[in-house]
Amino acid sequence: MRTLQRTLKILKSISLYALLVIYLSPFFFVLINSFKSRREIISNPFNFPDVWSLNNFINAFQRMNFASAFFNSLVITIFSVVIIAVLSSMTAYLFVRTDWRINKIMFFAMVAAMLIPFQAIMIPLVQIYGGLNLLNSRWSLIYMYLGFGSSFAVFLYHGFIKSIPLELEEAAMIDGCSRLQVFFKIVFPLLKSTTLTLIILNVLWIWNDFLLPSLVLISPVNRTLPLTTFYFHGTYTSDYGLLMAALMLTILPVIIFYALTQKHIIKGVMEGAIKA
Amino acid sequence: MATEKRFSDKLKTYLLFAGPTTLVFLTVIILPFLFGIYLTLTNWDGIAKTYTFVRLDNYLTVFKDPVFWNSFLLTVRYVLYTVVIVNTLGFILAYALTGNSVRGQNLLRTGFFIPNLIGGIILGLVWKFIFSTVLVFIGRSLEIGALSYSWLANPNKVLWTLIIVSVWQYSGYMMIIFIAGLSNIPRDLIEAATIDGASGFHRLRSIVLPLMVPSFIVTVFLTIQRGFMVYDVNLALTDGGPFKSSELISMHVYKKAFLAQQYGVGQSQAFLLFVLVAAISLTQVYFTKKLEVEA
Repeated sequence: MRTLQRTLKILKSISLYALLVIYLSPFFFVLINSFKSRREIISNPFNFPDVWSLNNFINAFQRMNFASAFFNSLVITIFSVVIIAVLSSMTAYLFVRTDWRINKIMFFAMVAAMLIPFQAIMIPLVQIYGGLNLLNSRWSLIYMYLGFGSSFAVFLYHGFIKSIPLELEEAAMIDGCSRLQVFFKIVFPLLKSTTLTLIILNVLWIWNDFLLPSLVLISPVNRTLPLTTFYFHGTYTSDYGLLMAALMLTILPVIIFYALTQKHIIKGVMEGAIKA
Repeated sequence: MATEKRFSDKLKTYLLFAGPTTLVFLTVIILPFLFGIYLTLTNWDGIAKTYTFVRLDNYLTVFKDPVFWNSFLLTVRYVLYTVVIVNTLGFILAYALTGNSVRGQNLLRTGFFIPNLIGGIILGLVWKFIFSTVLVFIGRSLEIGALSYSWLANPNKVLWTLIIVSVWQYSGYMMIIFIAGLSNIPRDLIEAATIDGASGFHRLRSIVLPLMVPSFIVTVFLTIQRGFMVYDVNLALTDGGPFKSSELISMHVYKKAFLAQQYGVGQSQAFLLFVLVAAISLTQVYFTKKLEVEA
């Protein structure tokens, strides 16, 4: 009985690790082929490269304007994520701590609006902002991310702020703090773990988003990393080595970020799903 | 704790704390949503200064358009397969990776989650290479007939490439949600059942699965929503081809509005899609809620 159980346990481990290898193999193929020439790739995509040359990477980096795309993605993600967190936590705080009718209406509208998929809004969105000549700007895109991100963020903060006891805030108010001071000095620090969850979920969403930026950012200089990679693929369709290098360049920063923060990311996804 | 007594004070506080959020919410979500409904009643092409009201003609056009319904049914098939496989695989992974029965449990969890970190466009391009070059090479070298031609070029198999990539992409995400659910099941319940002589399979069926219903409500809801709205992977991997055989509904709407310049019809399709998906999701939540039990 013992030995049977042990064998089963080993079998389970082996199959799980085998599945993981299959799961990650696409990345492995992109990696080894990113060092090779087109001819080498077609003759055998399984071979390791004859020479480990960084030429593909250097070419891809220059031709796709990697630095500029990376910078655009960084600016758009950081500004959107930070502003969403600050504004939404303030809003949720007001909604929890005061029972005005407008709060209830707005909160209900925001929660209901979470059901509306982006596709149901994108056509009029482009019409309206295009008509006002507000497309093709990173700041417009950030503004739209605030709109699309705030409902969920307010909802997430709302759930947590409800559980914070009032005493501390009341004491601070008696000491003469304004509502704004109370919020930033006492409440906001208490929201740290919710803020972290929210930031992680929003970074994953905004950094990788394609459809909205593809509609808003028209000129190449404004393009984010997913956009640049996609259009680069359209231009160099048959230069496999170069394409694989471009993909590796896009994937690598995310993997490094993940390696540094994976515990928080997994926890963030768990908490986000439980609260949602 | 209401310190604001007068209306003007209330207004000031509201504008300070919720003003910006209210403004972006109204201008980015509500205004386009309402304008979208208005658009469905016109025949605007997006450029002309003048347009006329066509009442419900756009909706009639959509109802009578076989291409729209083909694309919708294709999406329904895609969603059905994806929902079933993603949730089954995600649950199996989560079940195998809780309770420390495997060495390197955290490493495995971390690894299976990796595809979720990377956007659909990049994943689609990665798999395009796998399907068109790597798998074809395997097929030809080992003389496996089914693999020796790219599935991306075969109208009968191309839908499966999308399903495979989506399963790969989302099963790790759902695994994490299931792990969160599994770790909330009281230990003593499982132990009591084990002492009573319940086999592993029996414990799974009569205790674990019923208690996991809340997690399934979330994961199935998420998979349905994402399935109907999938666009990035569709665009990067197949671009709807060959011969529109993999053009899912989101891409169809996009092309109708932005390439064919039929904004009214495109928006009617988008709006109809929203109503259908909302109805499907709410029905799903309503019926799965009935399966919930108390621990």
